Amino acid sequence: MIEKSENIILKNISNYLVGFIQLFGLYVIAHGHGSPGGGFQGGCILAASYILLVTTHGIDATRLRFGEFKKTVMNSLGVFIYAFTGLLCLLLGANYLDYAGLSNLFPVDPIKARYFGTFAIEVGVGITVMSIMLTIFIELLIVKKDTTK
Amino acid sequence: MKILSLIVAVMTGAMLIYAAEDFPAWGDLNAPASKHLSPRFISKTYEETSIPNMVTAVLADYRGYDTLFETTVIFSAGITVVFLLRGNRDD
Repeated sequence: MIEKSENIILKNISNYLVGFIQLFGLYVIAHGHGSPGGGFQGGCILAASYILLVTTHGIDATRLRFGEFKKTVMNSLGVFIYAFTGLLCLLLGANYLDYAGLSNLFPVDPIKARYFGTFAIEVGVGITVMSIMLTIFIELLIVKKDTTK
Repeated sequence: MKILSLIVAVMTGAMLIYAAEDFPAWGDLNAPASKHLSPRFISKTYEETSIPNMVTAVLADYRGYDTLFETTVIFSAGITVVFLLRGNRDD
């Protein structure tokens, strides 16, 4: 069990650092097309920012910002976004996960629609990876110390 | 029983190593992957998908099903951790 830190330097620095880490995570997700990165990597960076909060401010302060309910919803939301993008393509007359079908709904040509379809699923992957990483970290952290009884 | 398991493991490993001998060498220009697959993706990815990053295009577009179920695997792993460990906590 990680105790929350009493060191005021760590607390203050991490307060400022978390915002920049999250901004970088969002950048990695959003620029997964043009530069190295994508949903998996960006989701891990976003989860790392919350893990920094847990190690400096404690679990309870982190739960106020990103609670159990929010995590449970976001676990499923990412997979839902991914699967629903595929289903939307199916409903619009293309194959499942064939993003060219999105051009029937949005005013872009079929080639460009693949770009935006890829972006939509990267966002879904990022949401799921972020909240699953954080869920696993926190659930392993707060396991009861003596489970033999 | 342990001896038997060891024999089976060693035999399987030996078969895999024997089969790996037939793979093309690392970075072999005449391997089928380098001859047909890579040039196809390098030359056609941008005009087919308009995604500048080839890796992302293959990951999310050409191999969309793969990534969908990768995400589902991560989701299942997290849900399993929640089911196994939540309820064992102190508070």
